[in-house]
Amino acid sequence: MAFVNMKNKEVQAKIVYYGPGRGGKTTNLEYIYSKFRERIKSDMVSIKTHGDRTLFFDFLPFDIGKIMGYDVKIQLYTVPGQVKYDATRRLVLKGVDGMVFVADSQIEQRKKNILSLKNLQENLASYKKSIFKVPLVLQYNKRDLEKGGVSLLPMETLEKDLNSQLKVPSFPASAVTGENVVPTMKKIISLTMTSLQNVMK
Amino acid sequence: MGSNYDDNVSFTDYTLGQEQLERIEHILTEDLIKSGVHSALLIDMAGNIIAKCDNGNCEHDLYSLAALASANFAAVDTMAKIVGEEEFSLLFHKGESESIHFSKVNIEFLLITIFGKEVSLGLLRLKVAEAVEKINNVW
Ligand SMILES: Nc1nc2c(ncn2[C@@H]2O[C@H](COP(=O)(O)OP(=O)(O)OP(=O)(O)O)[C@@H](O)[C@H]2O)c(=O)[nH]1
Ligand SMILES: [Mg+2]
Repeated sequence: MAFVNMKNKEVQAKIVYYGPGRGGKTTNLEYIYSKFRERIKSDMVSIKTHGDRTLFFDFLPFDIGKIMGYDVKIQLYTVPGQVKYDATRRLVLKGVDGMVFVADSQIEQRKKNILSLKNLQENLASYKKSIFKVPLVLQYNKRDLEKGGVSLLPMETLEKDLNSQLKVPSFPASAVTGENVVPTMKKIISLTMTSLQNVMK
Repeated sequence: MGSNYDDNVSFTDYTLGQEQLERIEHILTEDLIKSGVHSALLIDMAGNIIAKCDNGNCEHDLYSLAALASANFAAVDTMAKIVGEEEFSLLFHKGESESIHFSKVNIEFLLITIFGKEVSLGLLRLKVAEAVEKINNVW
């Protein structure tokens, strides 16, 4: 539900980072915020618990400049990943234009990734949106742990578990080191803008 | 995919032309800003800013405010449903020098006003009610 303002020639689009609790959604936004500090004029808003778990959402507005004559403002959001916050998680999805699913590459998180993706499909359906139609990018996060000797879910397993039907772009990444965080974001922005093109004439 | 899915890739459920936006901005300025309101925002339920007007010396981060306001409204609305209410009509937060008032315009839009001590809540509610009615007549 991007808002295209024909009068001011401005587009506001909403991109939501989804995925299991502690998977690294907030860390993705924090990295983007630190990386583009001079371009992002406002502060990152985080509604979180004392233990730094997302309670409602994180919000980061990001002006990406002009596309087809429009000033494009991307609104990046994260949802709370913990299972118990499903009601608030669903609220954040309202009006979403594009999604990043952040999966946790740790072996013991395998089931949680699958359940979270299923939960995403259900919550999108509550807004009459199909997970097969919404612009979506997958991110297999925490790949840096491999260098520390931790064995992770192989990329092929993650692809098979999460992407065998969706067949969307996917990135191995590390939100703490920043590896592939910006490419993930650029990919979802470009897919989202493509889907909006027909209304930005 | 079942036919109950919305195939139109993510565009707003409403359309607003340039002329309608101008009329809305006019209403916000004439009815609210000229009555002493510091800032008036029309946002949609997804947190997008549709129109904004202020008295020229408002330095707030309005995009973050819109994101929080729509989420806050949605959360309160869900709470109302849980206790069996259709909706909680008044959403008002009072501060030392600035207060915020939220008003539902229709299922798509919220009107947010930020105002100081010079404006009484009574007058504000009256002015907001008038503005809401006029905005609803724009389309
Ligand atoms: N090693 C490693 N740790 C990470 C990575 N990304 C996030 N973490 C850590 O994982 C923990 C959780 O990260 P968050 O970004 O808060 O996770 P989240 O997905 O926002 O979690 P919720 O808000 O509960 O849904 C933090 O301690 C992060 O430092 C990563 O790429 N590698
Ligand atoms: Mg988080």
